[in-house]
Amino acid sequence: MTDYFYLIPIAIGLGLCGLAAFLWSLKSGQYDDLQGAAERILHQDDVPLSH
Amino acid sequence: MSCCGSGAELAILAAPDPREVLLVSRTIAGGLRQTDLSVPDVHCGACIRTVEQALGALDGVTWARVNLSTKRVTIKWRADAAPPPFIETLRNVGYEAHLFEVDGDATDTTLSELIRALAVSGFAASNIMLLSVSVWSGAEPATRDLFHGISALIALPTLIYSGRVFFRSAWQALRHGRTNMDVPISLGVLLAFGMSLYETAIHGPHAYFDASVTLLFFLLIGRTLDHMMRERARVAVKGLARLAARGALVLQSDGAQTYLPVGEITPGMTIMLAAGERVPVDSQVTKGLSELDVSLVTGESVPQPALPSSVLRAGTLNLTGPLIITATASANESFLAEMLRMMEAAEQGRSVYRRIADRAAGLYAPVVHLTAAITLVGWLIVSGDVHRAITIAVAVLIITCPCALGLAVPMVQVVAARRLFESGIMIKDGGALERLAEIDTVVFDKTGTLTLGNARVVNSDNVDPATLALAGAIAAHSRHPYSRALAAAVSTTTTPIALDDVSEHPGCGMEARLGGSVLRLGRPEWALTDTSGMDLDGSSAVLSRDGQCVADFRFEDRLRAGAAETVGDLKRDGLAVEVVSGDRETPVRTLAAGIGVPYFAGVLPGGKAAHVAELASAGKKVLMVGDGLNDTPALMAAHASMAPASAADVGRNAADLVFLREDLSAVSQAIAVSREAGHLVRQNLALAVGYNLIAVPIAIMGHVTPLVAAIAMSGSSIVVVANALRLRGRGKSDKSQDASASTPRMAVRMEPAE
Repeated sequence: MTDYFYLIPIAIGLGLCGLAAFLWSLKSGQYDDLQGAAERILHQDDVPLSH
Repeated sequence: MSCCGSGAELAILAAPDPREVLLVSRTIAGGLRQTDLSVPDVHCGACIRTVEQALGALDGVTWARVNLSTKRVTIKWRADAAPPPFIETLRNVGYEAHLFEVDGDATDTTLSELIRALAVSGFAASNIMLLSVSVWSGAEPATRDLFHGISALIALPTLIYSGRVFFRSAWQALRHGRTNMDVPISLGVLLAFGMSLYETAIHGPHAYFDASVTLLFFLLIGRTLDHMMRERARVAVKGLARLAARGALVLQSDGAQTYLPVGEITPGMTIMLAAGERVPVDSQVTKGLSELDVSLVTGESVPQPALPSSVLRAGTLNLTGPLIITATASANESFLAEMLRMMEAAEQGRSVYRRIADRAAGLYAPVVHLTAAITLVGWLIVSGDVHRAITIAVAVLIITCPCALGLAVPMVQVVAARRLFESGIMIKDGGALERLAEIDTVVFDKTGTLTLGNARVVNSDNVDPATLALAGAIAAHSRHPYSRALAAAVSTTTTPIALDDVSEHPGCGMEARLGGSVLRLGRPEWALTDTSGMDLDGSSAVLSRDGQCVADFRFEDRLRAGAAETVGDLKRDGLAVEVVSGDRETPVRTLAAGIGVPYFAGVLPGGKAAHVAELASAGKKVLMVGDGLNDTPALMAAHASMAPASAADVGRNAADLVFLREDLSAVSQAIAVSREAGHLVRQNLALAVGYNLIAVPIAIMGHVTPLVAAIAMSGSSIVVVANALRLRGRGKSDKSQDASASTPRMAVRMEPAE
């Protein structure tokens, strides 16, 4: 049993990562316009990343 | 522009003055200003593209972005130039837009606080539950203690962060000597945590960390949903067109013209009022002729003439000609401010409504705490073991913690609000839904509520089609309500008639030339050379050729779609229905007789509120449905209130519910949904109490372990939520009927923003 204790911090750490990611996405306004985001993907022109 | 953009019918009001745009814009960093517009017609990806491209192409605009969920567009533009013509541009591409005022930068910090608290408690609940499951499956004492320790480490910051929402509210209530639902919640959560901490310290077998954090998580879900419902309605109502003036063009003594905010206008100032603008403050006409639409202010449906020395009330709409007026009162002494004062008075007179959840908490909290106390004393006497007695008493508190009760009410109300939203009805909060379910009397305003507030030609069938087409062609050049009604009465298939020299004579009518003759359309006194033997009552217009009468048109306010059916439905449901109007006796009598209800005509604003208060003191629960400024005190005085989207701003803000579609069946529909919701709320409360009746004896006997508590709590919450969702299922089944019943021509279109 005790051999697997290192898994507990990993589990909690992963949970914390998820929580941090959610809070960051909330803060950066990614949930402000969910409907709009769903529609925009169909209409926005693709812009190449380079040049 | 495939599916959208049909807002042309709405173009009644003139575009706002660029200075007004400047007035409501905000300065942001980088020498830019930001303007928010509400664009209710945006509803697909193509709309986003059209709107953003049209605005982006304007000179000076640096950034334009549509938010489809809130139907708003945010524009950033360079502050060194005049504001670009946003609203005109959008109108040209087919979207009606109005200025949207953002109250400072306080854009709903509560919601993001709730969501963050929810996320943190969700994380904590899942991790603690993970550890608890291994404890429950029989971990060794050393492992168990370690897991309890880790759980405590996770639970403590969570309680501090996510629990504040409840602790703050409970503390507020206790400090004022009251108790609400948050008091037993806070007590349960804190005691569960405190006891578990002690158990951990003494290496005890049972810790309730999972219970205390899961409880927070469930309750925060209920709290967040409740808040989202209210917020959505508030934003949607705020996005509607503003019907009061924000400022006016003031003529200074040196001849300069300045655009001043309404609050800075003082008595004696000279104001230039263009056609299509609203009167900013109470004033008197010094120069010019026009007609005024006073329906929103007094309830009179017939436009009133404005001549020099006429007295104008703030909020009336100038229809046909420019006027020069002198302010006679400042904004806070005007008609509008008077209405606001009457509203406050009416609100104070109304008995305070306590929400079902609060009433339940008022009974619940003492019972629960008393039970826990008795359990403690009982076990002390029976066993004499202090530790055991405290453990069992806390278990009673945990098991009775109103988890299901906390979800029982908001869950139903959120589902009900969602269903109403889909039918274009906004509800301000859950309390309004409860009050609406209790009403037994419905009082309607006439103009703008039972009727649409715009005229219709009554006798178009008696008029020769060619003459009607001619009248319609002339009328198309004016924005007077009668002209617009005439233009609308002409069938679209007739060939257009070429007219020469069309001119509008404010206060009189329209003049045009056709061939060699002069055509006049307007007041009989002006259009005809001889009016003897004619029945003139101000609600008619004539078409004349060289002074000879060609046709006589009669107008009548048009009944809202579904008005008669709705009144019939309400009466069938056993509700008393009345019409109370500020309009003249004749039109009110005709209408009331048509739908078969008692009426009161020529009622002053104060009289309406007094009438509602009188009914209330006679023990009636009144639903007031009204749209005008003169209705707002009555809206405030009533037990529940409803207003159409076309209502005056103040009325919309005062009303508990706002319906966006033209169809009046929204009233009966809202009452039906609210009653159904009330039924489900009572069912849910019964379920929650029933659960306690089973669980509490088990807890008092001392058989509750953390595992039992976790199962009981989650189980009861799931049952309550599932029961609430039944309301949604019923909504789906009759949705097809709703869709066909709703009128295609609606005042403002709005879809659920999610």
